[in-house]
Amino acid sequence: MVTTRNIVYGALFLLVSLAGVAGLFVVLFAEFLALVQLLIYGGAIIIVILFALMLTRETDFSIATEHRRWPVAAGVSLALFGLLASSAVSDSGQYNSDRRSGIGIEELGTGLFENWAVPFEVASIVLLVALIGAIVIGRSGDEEDGGQA
Amino acid sequence: MSLELVDFQILAAALFCLGLYGVLARRSAVMVLMAVELMLNAVNINLVAFSAFRPISMVTGQVIVIFVITVAAAEVGLALAVIMRLYRRRGTVNVDEIDLMKG
Repeated sequence: MVTTRNIVYGALFLLVSLAGVAGLFVVLFAEFLALVQLLIYGGAIIIVILFALMLTRETDFSIATEHRRWPVAAGVSLALFGLLASSAVSDSGQYNSDRRSGIGIEELGTGLFENWAVPFEVASIVLLVALIGAIVIGRSGDEEDGGQA
Repeated sequence: MSLELVDFQILAAALFCLGLYGVLARRSAVMVLMAVELMLNAVNINLVAFSAFRPISMVTGQVIVIFVITVAAAEVGLALAVIMRLYRRRGTVNVDEIDLMKG
């Protein structure tokens, strides 16, 4: 996904990866999160990204989509992957796989609305503020752009 | 062969590093945003995996994943609004051509 020339293909590959992550959530006994992942990422975020791609269509999308110094980025990413993978392998004996425990939707909802009620409300306020901010920022025809208010 | 925790950790590390490469190497701001989404998803995989492999059932990991998804949705909305505004003003969404604050 991160190396595709055509950025619309990149967005569709991102959809495939997000659906794969939802499948991983099912494997890890987090069915509600898989559902949320498919609805929010697969449904909403991909659509918004595709809209943004459509509205900011450029003529030179297919050429020069990477920095000149992309080998530096590749080196940094590979080094970080080596570090993370080696540290994950080195202490992999602490958890054994036969004690996996699923979390039901009831348990999740109880935890969310009892222990995490205040952060839940804060998250809803964050969403509301982001929504209003996005509308205000993305409004067309502003004063400083030379148009009418 | 059953799936171990380390499998999920390595997969999440790979996904995170792919996202990091996308953030560092791509020029289009929309692509950078998509790569950030990839990195957030890698973190979510780690949270859910650690939550699932605990011997005692704990709900905290999954609750934090819900908050991460919420913040990611808010971030995408705001960032795309900023990108649209920038495109209307500058005519480009390439991050290395946006140098308004260069001294």
